[in-house]
Formats: sequence, structure tokens, C-alpha cells
Amino acid sequence: MSAATIDAPTPGSDASEPALKNPLESSLSSGRRWRNRLASTWMILSLVVAAIPLLAVLIILVAKGFSLVASVDWWTKPIPTNVASNALSSAEAQDAFGNTTGAAATTAVVYGMQPAIVGTLLTTGLAALLSIPLGIFAAVFLNEYGGKSRSATVIRFFTDVMTGVPSVVMGIFIYTVWVLNFEQSGRSAFAGGLALACLMLPVVVRSTEEMLRLVPDSLRQASAALGTPRWKTTTKVVLPAAMPGITSGSMLAIARAAGETAPLLFTVGVVSSTHFSLFGQNTALSAQIFSNATQPGGESIAWGAALTLIVIVMAFTLAARFVSAKFSVRVDG
Amino acid sequence: MTDLSIPPNTGRPVTLQDLAGDRNATRPDAIFRNGAKAAGYLVLVILAAIAVSTTVKAWPAFRSEGFGYFFSDNWVPSKGQFGARSIIYGTLIVSAIGLVVAVPLSLGIALFITELAPRRIRAYITTVMDVLSSVPSVVFGLWGFLVLRPHLKDIYNSIADAVSGIPVLRSIFGPSLSGQSFMTAGLIVGLMIVPIITSIVREVFQTVPTNEKNGALALGATRWEMVRGVVFPHSTGGIVGAIMLGLGRAMGETIAVALVIGASPQITSNLFGQGEAMPSVIARNLNEASGTYQSALIGLGVGLFLLTILINISARMLVRRVDRAKGT
Repeated sequence: MSAATIDAPTPGSDASEPALKNPLESSLSSGRRWRNRLASTWMILSLVVAAIPLLAVLIILVAKGFSLVASVDWWTKPIPTNVASNALSSAEAQDAFGNTTGAAATTAVVYGMQPAIVGTLLTTGLAALLSIPLGIFAAVFLNEYGGKSRSATVIRFFTDVMTGVPSVVMGIFIYTVWVLNFEQSGRSAFAGGLALACLMLPVVVRSTEEMLRLVPDSLRQASAALGTPRWKTTTKVVLPAAMPGITSGSMLAIARAAGETAPLLFTVGVVSSTHFSLFGQNTALSAQIFSNATQPGGESIAWGAALTLIVIVMAFTLAARFVSAKFSVRVDG
Repeated sequence: MTDLSIPPNTGRPVTLQDLAGDRNATRPDAIFRNGAKAAGYLVLVILAAIAVSTTVKAWPAFRSEGFGYFFSDNWVPSKGQFGARSIIYGTLIVSAIGLVVAVPLSLGIALFITELAPRRIRAYITTVMDVLSSVPSVVFGLWGFLVLRPHLKDIYNSIADAVSGIPVLRSIFGPSLSGQSFMTAGLIVGLMIVPIITSIVREVFQTVPTNEKNGALALGATRWEMVRGVVFPHSTGGIVGAIMLGLGRAMGETIAVALVIGASPQITSNLFGQGEAMPSVIARNLNEASGTYQSALIGLGVGLFLLTILINISARMLVRRVDRAKGT
């Protein structure tokens, strides 16, 4: 057929390349051309405008916080309680930044953050232990058993809605059902972990379900054809196949929870020495940033804690990206 | 080798019963299924528990203040007056400013990713958005309070000077005392909701059929005309849904707002003036509050919860309709 020769390869038909160069641009009326250029400028400027504050924040964090975070004391010593008096009584606290040369009148401030680092790890770790298994179970129900049934549709919908519930509400929730019932001993890393778990749960459920949906049905059918019971198919075939995606989704959820402040404000309490216990008052990096930000003399502590927190959060975020980039090939299998 | 021998012929056709196996073999399956189901229902249980437990604790305030709780302006805890209107006003103003900042930026970035950027750059932009969304609220708050606020104060006051002769603008852009204001809070909240709006809008844009986009281009449309004529009409519902999800986030934004809004409940048209928002007044005071004050603060939490739930339900319905159109 001669049609084959007419059907020469169509230029620019690659569907994944939407940015086609318009060959007629030079012959456009100036109004249309300017409007088009204006729109392109808007798109690029939007990205620049959003990225500038992000860069500014990251740069100033490193500039203000690095000297503290780089010292050993920061990771091993309790939180100083005398910064406010020091800031008021002498200017030396200003340029002290970790290595005070021992001023005569004032006691040297030793900048430590160990209690808050331990507290953040405890609360976030507990939240992960609670929410990730439950979330995976719930996602298994939604994808493997529920499907398009009424109950699954409703749960899926409200899981989405729950991701939009403000984190401060989770804090109030745990405050009313847990902290208020235990008087003094109510505030603890455990209570904080509960609040963070409520926050993480819907995120884990939805990301896990997305990953389970990517597992090809042929795997389930092959397993079923061998006479494997459903629960075994799920635990030995489906979940392992989706594991990289589930891991990366869960790590993103952990990263989000680690940076949260509002759920912890009413639930963890305040301490300035390290507590490894889940019970009894504790503290967290985010809470330290919040309380020190407005305190005289607390600024450098706040910056240091912020840099530490960002490092933890970014580590989880980047690890999640790495896991999903490195291992997600298996899902296509 | 596995035993491949044929089972003995019993002389009757094989029934489903034979294939189902015995009861003992299916019991673990039932346990597993019910366990998973319970975990699924946990989400509904938690949501219900939030609504009930917070409402119970907030009830004393609702009862003692009546409708005045929502419609009166006097929030004076020391006198036992709890009228939340000025605080609700602050939340609405801050979210509105946040949306005005975030929507054009998010739409621009989403269009840049889907229509303009070469494929290699796209991954980098997504990373930037991921990093932006993972910066904790309190870090933005710290930056806003310590770094941005002094600069913004000067900018606010020079704007206020410039428009001091113009009737309407004069009352909107008034002088700023400390740099803590509705505007500062709104700017930071806007920046913080850019990633969420962008990611949803981008997904919506990606569902626009390539054929129609190429068709518009083939007819001689510029890229912008193609976006306006094909991409936007296809995505209206999804864009509105994404904006509403962003609104829900903006209203619940707590810590950053608490640091930069100024903590003085008032209804003023001056966007550069200090104010107060629902989540931030809770965050700052709930720990020390007791009695009616405590339940009034929890009551604000109830209001916030209901408001965000309503917004999220309607937004999800809009976005879900887009999902369905996509055919997933």
C-alpha cells in the first residue's frame, strides 16, 4: 500500500513530550505572542518564588545552627536552663555559641539537646510501631478484601478526610482522652506517640493501599492456583512484592510525624534532662524550637534544634526516595 | 520430586466442597480477614472518638456562652468571657491570604511541570516540592519570627505610608507594630500549602488527554491558548478540590501561625495588624488553662475539626470525581 509511504513518522508525536515547539510562533500577532510569553514567565517565576524561601530557610539554618550541632555537647548534654539569665546579665552569651571561655560572673552555658533528640526519637518511634502495622493491616483490608464494597469505600473516603484533620486536633484528642485522665503522670512520650500515631495512620493506610494496588493480579492468581490460603498469599506474596513502596511511604509518614509540634505540645510535657522512658514527662525537638523561639537568649538553641530536626526529617525523606527508586522495580515484576 | 499421582477416582463428580478444604484450614483466613477489617474500621472509630471526646470536654463552654461563643467578640479569659468570633475571623483572613499567595504559585508550578519543563528537570522540581513539604511547620515559624518579621515590618510600614492618603487601601494596609500580623501568617501559610496544591493539581493536569492538547496546538494555538482552552476546562473540578484541600491545611496550620500572628484577638481590616487564629490560640494556652477556659479552647478545637472535616469531605468529592473520570 502506498499509504505506508505517506504515513511518514509524524514529527513530535511522542506523547510524553507535551512541550511542542510551535513553529508558527514567529508569525503570531504580537498580542498572542506576548500573552504566551507572559504565561511561560509566570510558570517559571512561580517555581523560583516558591524555591527562594526554601533555600533561604535551609541556608540560614545551617549558618545559625551548625556550630551548635557540630559539637559533642549538643548530642550528649542536657538542655541548658540558664540561657535566659545569661542573655540578660552579659553579652557574652551572644557570642558564646558552644565554647564559652568561662566568664567570671556568669556560669557558662553548655548547649545540649540530648533530651529533646531522645524524646523525638521515642515519640516518633512509638508512633511508627503503632501506626505502621495497623495501617498496613487496614490497607490489606481495603485492597485485598474490601475492594469496591460499601464498607471499604466509606473507610477509604474517611481515611482521605482524616489526612486533612489538623495535627493540633490530634493533640487535643489525646489530651482529652489520655492526659486529662492521669493528672500529673498523663504527659509522657507515650501520650505524644499516641497523638503522632493518629496523625500517621491515615497516611500509612493510603500509601500502602496505593502500593498494594500496583501488585499484579497474576501474582495472586498464581499463588491461589497452588492452593495457598488467602492470608498466606497476602503475607508471603503480595506484601513482599509491595514492600519497597510500603517502606518508602511509611518513611515519609515518619518524616512528617517527626517534624510535628502541635500534637506534642499538650501531650509530652517539659523536661531538661534526658528520659529514656516512655512514661513520665519528656520533651521533643519541635517543642524546644517552639518554646525557645520567643524566649530571650533561646534563639541559638532554637536554631540548633531546628537544624537537628531538619537533618532527621530530611534523612527519612531522602531514604524513602532512595528505597522507592532503588527497589520499586520489583513491583512491575 | 513432587507427587503428581492422580487422586483415586471415587466415581462422583468433584464438588466445590471438595475444593474448599476443611474448616481448620480456613480458620486462619477468617481470623486474618477480620483482623484486617478491624484495622480498617479503626480509622472510623478514631474519627468518631475525636468528635465525641472533644465535644464532651468543650460542652461546659458551649453551655455557659451559648451562641455568643461563636458570635461575640470578647475573648477575655481573665474575665471569663469567651467569644470566639475575632479568632474565627483571624483564621479565615489568614487562610484567605494563604490561598491568594499559594494558588497562582501552585498552578504555575504544576503547569511548568506538565507543560513546559523538559522531562529531565521534572524530577528535580518534584524533589524541591518534596523537600518544601517536609520542612516542619515550626521551622518555618522560627524563620518567619526571627528572620522575616523584622524585614516585613519595614516593608509593611513603607506600604502603609505610601497608601496613607488613599481611602480604602489606607484601612487595609495600615501600620504594623511588630511585623507580626495576619499578612505575615498568611504569607508563610501560603508557602506551606504550595506543595499540597501543586501535587494534586499536577495529577489533575496529567489526566488531560494528550490528543486534545496536540489538537489545539495543531490548530495553531499558542501554548497558553492550549492551556486555557483545553487544560483548564478539563481540570476545573480538580483545581477547586485541590484549592479546598489547601484551604483545609491552611486553617489547621498551627505552630508557624502561632509564632507570627501576634496573639491579640481583634477584628480589623488592617492586614498588617496583629490578630489571632483558632489553632494558634489553642497551641499557646491549652497547657495552662483550666475550667471554662480549658473547655473554651477545646471548643475551638471542635470548631476547627468540624470545619476542616466539612471542607475535606467536599474537596475529596470533587477530586474523586476527577479520579473516576481518569478511569482508575
